[in-house]
Amino acid sequence: MTAEQVWAALAEIPDPEIPVISVVDLGVVRGVRVDDERVHVEFTPTFLGCPALEVMRDQMATRIAELGAEPEVEVVLDDSWSTDRITPEGREKLRAAGLAPPAPRSAAAPALVQLEANSFRCPYCGSRDTGLENIFGPTPCRSLRYCRACRQPFEQFKTI
Amino acid sequence: MSERAQLLIEIADDELILGWRDSEWTGIAPFLEEDVAFSSIAQNEIGHARALYELAARELGTTADELAFDRAPEEYRCARLVELRLPSWEHTIARHYLYEEADALRLEELKASDDAELAGLAAKIDREEVYHRMHAQMWFDRLENEPRFVAALDELRPLVGLRDGHMPELTELWEEMTMVRRSQPAGTTW
Repeated sequence: MTAEQVWAALAEIPDPEIPVISVVDLGVVRGVRVDDERVHVEFTPTFLGCPALEVMRDQMATRIAELGAEPEVEVVLDDSWSTDRITPEGREKLRAAGLAPPAPRSAAAPALVQLEANSFRCPYCGSRDTGLENIFGPTPCRSLRYCRACRQPFEQFKTI
Repeated sequence: MSERAQLLIEIADDELILGWRDSEWTGIAPFLEEDVAFSSIAQNEIGHARALYELAARELGTTADELAFDRAPEEYRCARLVELRLPSWEHTIARHYLYEEADALRLEELKASDDAELAGLAAKIDREEVYHRMHAQMWFDRLENEPRFVAALDELRPLVGLRDGHMPELTELWEEMTMVRRSQPAGTTW
């Protein structure tokens, strides 16, 4: 078995809460190492309170076992995941599903004044005439916004 | 127990207990938006607690769940601030503001630690805490001249770093928090 085969298999696993995007698109697979029949995967959680983390970890282990290898999924609790790790393909899939992709992370931490600014595009009509409704949303990774142009509320992936 | 494990457990206890208290607003907050906000903050705090317990558990040869739920109430190391059951909104916002202020300083120190694992987790937690601080500051700006809020800040400020002894509310919370786990039939796994 090769690492490429493992990556291809992991790319078929959907995010349990946002199934349009795969765990590979999400950037949570930091590394794959194949040692004979043992496959070691380094997995970095997204938001620490996300209930999908266990499901992702178990699905990765199951998928690797289906390939006939012994899975070792290591949860890495460091700072290596940020929303900038979501792939360009992943961002486009989020947008197509009505979930505005995260803004790129700048050197400074995000500030309320930025979230309140009209710089976030509505995923439905593309207008920037949108406002912040709530910093928090239905899951840890989302904020709530409203598009004044097409009068559509939408969810914005938080930048972390 | 090492100083490192004690520190991890102390911070995790703060985050776990505060997360439970924040979740008490789910369904009954004064505004729908705050219902969503406090529920989400609670979920984050409990997630941080889990990751911190997990690092301590790796060192101590136990599990995050055992550290979180199988100790007696008097063994918890959380600050008195997070233990209180707060029925008023001004006290809830005052606690939120005071906690985030103290937590920000603590995270800055941990991020500069020589212990790469500890510094890495602190940096990860801090990415999420940015949004909690934003929310706390937004409410502070809104209420800073309200006498009830100012009085609540004065009342709660002395409890921020107080870790010796516990409020009676902690035992009540512990009973609720661990009830299902304590009633678990032998041999069950979750």
